Amino acid sequence: MKQDLLNIDPKLSPTAVVLRVALIGGILVGAAALFAYARGWFTPRALTQDRVIDTFQKVNGVYSGFRRNHAKGVCFRGWFESNGNGVELSKAAVFPAGRIPVIGRFSLAGGQPYVADAPTAVRAMALQLQLPNGEEWRMAMIDLPVFPVQTMQQFAVQLEASIPDPATGKPDPAKMKAFVEANPDATRALGLIQSRAISSGFADDTYRSVNTFLFRDRQGRTIPVRWAMIPEQSFQPPPKDDPGKADANYLFDALIAAVRQGPQRWRLVVTIGEPGDPTNDASIPWPDDRRSVDVGTLVIDRIESEAESPARDMNFDPTILPEGIAVSDDPLLSARSAAYSVSFTRREGEPKKPSAITTAEVEK
Amino acid sequence: MNPTTPRTQFAVPSRILHWLMAVMILAMLFIGVAMMASLADYHRLVAIHRPLGIAILILAVIRLINRRLTKLPPFPPTMSPPERVLASLSEKLLYALMIALPLVGWGMLSAGDYPVQMFGALHLPPILPAHPTLFAFLRGTHSVLAYLLFATILAHVGAVLFHTLVVRDRILNRMALWPVRKTSSTQTQPSSSHETE
Repeated sequence: MKQDLLNIDPKLSPTAVVLRVALIGGILVGAAALFAYARGWFTPRALTQDRVIDTFQKVNGVYSGFRRNHAKGVCFRGWFESNGNGVELSKAAVFPAGRIPVIGRFSLAGGQPYVADAPTAVRAMALQLQLPNGEEWRMAMIDLPVFPVQTMQQFAVQLEASIPDPATGKPDPAKMKAFVEANPDATRALGLIQSRAISSGFADDTYRSVNTFLFRDRQGRTIPVRWAMIPEQSFQPPPKDDPGKADANYLFDALIAAVRQGPQRWRLVVTIGEPGDPTNDASIPWPDDRRSVDVGTLVIDRIESEAESPARDMNFDPTILPEGIAVSDDPLLSARSAAYSVSFTRREGEPKKPSAITTAEVEK
Repeated sequence: MNPTTPRTQFAVPSRILHWLMAVMILAMLFIGVAMMASLADYHRLVAIHRPLGIAILILAVIRLINRRLTKLPPFPPTMSPPERVLASLSEKLLYALMIALPLVGWGMLSAGDYPVQMFGALHLPPILPAHPTLFAFLRGTHSVLAYLLFATILAHVGAVLFHTLVVRDRILNRMALWPVRKTSSTQTQPSSSHETE
């Protein structure tokens, strides 16, 4: 009956056809525009995870295959010996007494994988706890008492202030001054960070969750918590002269030597917040008198180079949590998860270069 | 219904699956692009994206089986032979993407050494070994396929709107959730070999 390619209703006038086709076009373009808007293509100035990582690359340059932050590191294996004390706080399968396999990574903050170790460099410990029911608990902790800022937006401004000026090759001090003046809260946090006790190395250092998380018990009660890995190794002050000038890897070499001497141990201490304690601001410490529970011991008995360990190709996203532990309203947690994902996606697609701490360095 | 007249609507399960999955897939695509550009909601959106993707995969497999088992209404006579070929091809592409996208997502998380978390303590096993290059390839593929799926859906919606507003053959009645008596002035041709949903 009909042979036409398109059987336009003959009762419609040509004008009506044009208007109707235009309407359809408008609907389709509108839907596509909505999609592009959701993707952020109409708001290029908004801070996104890609822009956060772009800023890291402007500060540090791009090192193929390396993390965009905490680039210099070494990996390890060990276990977490749970003592059962955590069961009253959370139903997570990590807390009943028992031994849980762990892999992880020690690192220095900053995006330069070959930077020389220095006493004041911020150190970090990342962990993957492999729970008996197949769940995971990933952590990325740093050795600061608080995080310098509350939000990723503030963090990005601070990071941008540290982009080297092309003229001088150094960050513009006026920009950092402007950031500090515009963020009085950050001044308080930076004061706490600068007055912290700095230990001699990785093994005698305390690593903190910094962000607040929620523990949920079997009765459905939820409590805000922060935690710290407190070393059993006794605290030693750093040497007076910066040993990084003689041995660019002195912090890592000391860690390798210590683990070769014997397993290194930390106690996982969970601190419980009380009503009124800030859960959404990692730049504010909780009062010292809060109840703390020692829930077990982390034992590290083997150091591995990045080339050898699965921890190199692992995203230590702090929002990967077992049932019984959840993110709080701390805005940094979602933002960290988003930014880590971009860093991970970029580096996994790039050729890998040897790490500063090579397999030979670990085994020598 | 008189059993000798050909059906004019898709079977009830087909129609329910179509509209349920239309809502889920559009929500999924918007969540997917929004989470790539959101620091504040990233964690929340990803936590929905994973189980919703697996739910779409399960429904897509059910739908494919249903597609094979049920008799389809014939193409309306207002669809020309080239239109029928295009409709059949785009249907195959939509089915392929509905199944491939969640599988690529699952495989990508496996290759990235991520736990494939659903809800509570429930998680899925990895379907691929952890491998950086494989992860990067699948991560890129996931985005490309998602944009292709969105474009294919737009083309599908555009074609249906054209038939509804310009050809005016009441083509939407075929997929309406409510029963529709045959009211089109045009005759229905006998079932052809190329049918589409």
